[in-house]
Amino acid sequence: MFSIVGRYLIFLGKLFTRRETFRVYWNRFLDECLNIGISSIFIVAIVAVFIGAVTCVQTRANLVSPLVPVYIVSNIVRDMTLLELSSTFMCVVLAGKVGSNIAGELGTMKITEQIDALEVMGINSASYLVLPKLLASVFTFPLLAIISGFLGIMGGYLAGTLTGIITPEDYIYGIRYSFIPFNVFISIIKAFVFGFLISTISAFKGYYTRGGALEVGQASTSAVTNSCIAVLIADYLLAELLT
Amino acid sequence: MIEIKHISKSFNGRQVLDNISGIFKKGQTSLVIGESGTGKSVLLKCMLDLLRPEEGVTLYDRRDFYIGEEEDKKNIRREMGVLFQGGALFDSKTVHNNIQFPLDMLTEMPESEKRDRVEFCLQRVGLEGTGKRMPSEISGGMKKRVGIARAIVMNPKYLFCDEPNSGLDPLTSIKIDELIKEITEEYNTTTVIITHDMNSVLSIGDYIMFLYQGKKIWEGNSQTILETNVPELEEFVFSNKALKKMREDKRH
Repeated sequence: MFSIVGRYLIFLGKLFTRRETFRVYWNRFLDECLNIGISSIFIVAIVAVFIGAVTCVQTRANLVSPLVPVYIVSNIVRDMTLLELSSTFMCVVLAGKVGSNIAGELGTMKITEQIDALEVMGINSASYLVLPKLLASVFTFPLLAIISGFLGIMGGYLAGTLTGIITPEDYIYGIRYSFIPFNVFISIIKAFVFGFLISTISAFKGYYTRGGALEVGQASTSAVTNSCIAVLIADYLLAELLT
Repeated sequence: MIEIKHISKSFNGRQVLDNISGIFKKGQTSLVIGESGTGKSVLLKCMLDLLRPEEGVTLYDRRDFYIGEEEDKKNIRREMGVLFQGGALFDSKTVHNNIQFPLDMLTEMPESEKRDRVEFCLQRVGLEGTGKRMPSEISGGMKKRVGIARAIVMNPKYLFCDEPNSGLDPLTSIKIDELIKEITEEYNTTTVIITHDMNSVLSIGDYIMFLYQGKKIWEGNSQTILETNVPELEEFVFSNKALKKMREDKRH
């Protein structure tokens, strides 16, 4: 366990040594923003809208007391979405999509000697391949979290108003009631940290793949599993630190 | 000239290379041969510093590759061209961009000059007009040719080929061998080829090193190999029945 953590830290160090020129990273960063961020918008949107909708419906179904005002439903949807669903839940989904993609890509490059080809050219393959993915992840994940937060609240609004369990006025009043702007920053900070963890853990798993196609599959699975665990642990620590 | 001295490498206590030494001369195609699993590719990786041996040195024109400054090592790497077993082409780039990649990363050449150089290399390996295709759209033999084009695009002093004939039909194998031989003579490179293909051994082996169970047990050339009395090498060379018959006929 300690040796794996040690190798992971050495791997992180490798990303920042013997770097290439800014121009090389800039082009690759833009490519990775498309691969990691833009291509994830659809799945993030679907997940956010439905989770927001389900949160609204479930909350209303469980708040049966006449003493609890109905706008509390949207109040809960807002806080749930901003504090957990738009960052943690979204990142667990992205760990599956982005994490397996990164590990699979690097694992395949490793077993087909493409990484060796970079090394013999004198290029730091870890830095060249992984650093743009890391930067793209920490840049796009917070943006995705903002989209996810907005769409989650919108999902709750649609589900609540279209089914008649809450009026539009109550819903809007509820999401504005006792709003703490810092919660938005919590979501962004979480997404930033999770982006770092998912991209580096998945890259670490893919970069050190040995063997053949079977091992690439195992590396992808392991990348997703480890990323999810890391996200959940980090989520708890951030919750303790930030709230 | 590349000189390897006393290279030893083991994995988990298993000795894969044991005290290997040899000299690969400029303008010659030098072959490292042996059965599968005998340590040929490990030796190549040690020479390229993709694996670091426990003992020994690799000298590129008397420059120690393992102990130099990072910048010196980078300079030596820029003088290398490597053809990997499967071609190792970047899947996300076109054939043209694969060949241009070392120029993009390692030189400040103007774009037009790079294009011309890539076109020249494509022409040199007989693949004119294929620059826009993706690696997944070309055959195994073409991938090897693209790999050679990428290896020579920087005008290397040292050319390494890891099993250039593996997975190819005999005719394409011969063409690849001839191409490597021509490039070696044309650019006066020090060429090291890892192979177990006897056609290559006999047709382009200016210098041949035979490895057996991680040890160098014979060295010579394509002429002397047929007269060998080393049992392990005899077994390797004359596993081909046609060659065996040829030798018996010659003896009688």
